[in-house]
Amino acid sequence: MVPASHYLSLAAVLFAIGLAGVVTKRNALIVFMCIELMLNAANFTFLAFARMKPDLSGHAIAFFVIAVAAAEAAVGLAIVIAVFRSRGTVNVDEVTAIKDS
Amino acid sequence: MPDKAEIFVFWPLAVLLVGFAGGVLAARNPVYAAMSLVGAFFCMSGLYVLLTAHLVAFLQILVYAGAIMVLFLFVIMLLSLSDEELGVSRMKAMQAFGALGGIGLLAVLLGAVHASGDQGMPPVDARFGTVKAVADVLFRQYLLPFEATSVLLLVAIVGAVMVAKQRV
Repeated sequence: MVPASHYLSLAAVLFAIGLAGVVTKRNALIVFMCIELMLNAANFTFLAFARMKPDLSGHAIAFFVIAVAAAEAAVGLAIVIAVFRSRGTVNVDEVTAIKDS
Repeated sequence: MPDKAEIFVFWPLAVLLVGFAGGVLAARNPVYAAMSLVGAFFCMSGLYVLLTAHLVAFLQILVYAGAIMVLFLFVIMLLSLSDEELGVSRMKAMQAFGALGGIGLLAVLLGAVHASGDQGMPPVDARFGTVKAVADVLFRQYLLPFEATSVLLLVAIVGAVMVAKQRV
C-alpha cells in the first residue's frame, strides 16, 4: 500500500516544477505548458484526497479542472497567435504594451 | 502480495513523471518540451489508475495527451520560431529567484504533507472511480456545474476564434 503522503508529495514536486517554469521561462508556449503541469498537480491532489476519503466528489472536480484547462489552452494559444501576429515574438519579456513606462 | 505490487508500480512511474516534468523545464525547443509533457501526462495517467480513478485516467490521455497537446504542437508549428528566438533565456538573476521560489514552495508543501501524517488508503469497492459511479455523482450532485461547463467551452470556442482571426 502506497501511503497518501507519497502521492501528495509527488503532486507538490510537480507543482513546484511548474511554478519554477512559469517564473523562469521566457517563451510563452513553455510558460503555458508549465501552467498545464501545475493544473495537473492540483488534479492529482484532488484524486489522492478522493481516494483517501473515499469520496467520488474529487473525481467530479478533476473532470471540471480538465474542462477548464482545455478552455484555457484554447483561448491562451489564440492570444499567443494574436500577439505573435502583431509583434512577431512570443517572448513574454518583450510584450509590454500596457506597461507604465 | 498486492501491496508490494503497488509500490513496484508507483516508484518507476513517479521517477519517470518527475523526469519528464524536469524535461519540460530543461528543454530549449518547445517541441521537445511538448513531447516531454506528453510523457509526463502518460505517467500521471498510470498513477491515476493506481488511485482507482479509471475514468479520469482515461480522460487524461484522451483530452490532455491527445487534444490539448496536439493543439500546442499545431501552434508551435504555426509560429515556426527561429533558432535565435528559442535560444534566449531569462536573466540569470531571474532564474535563480525562480528556482528559489520553487524550492521554497516545495519546502512549504512538503512540510504541510509531513505534518498531516502518514495516512493509509482505505479499501474501496470495485465501483469506485468507474464511469458509472462518477457519472452518478456528476449528474446528481454536480449537474449545474456540469451544464455550466458546456457554456464555458462554448465561450472559449467563440473567444478563441475571435482572438485568433485576422479580421472580424
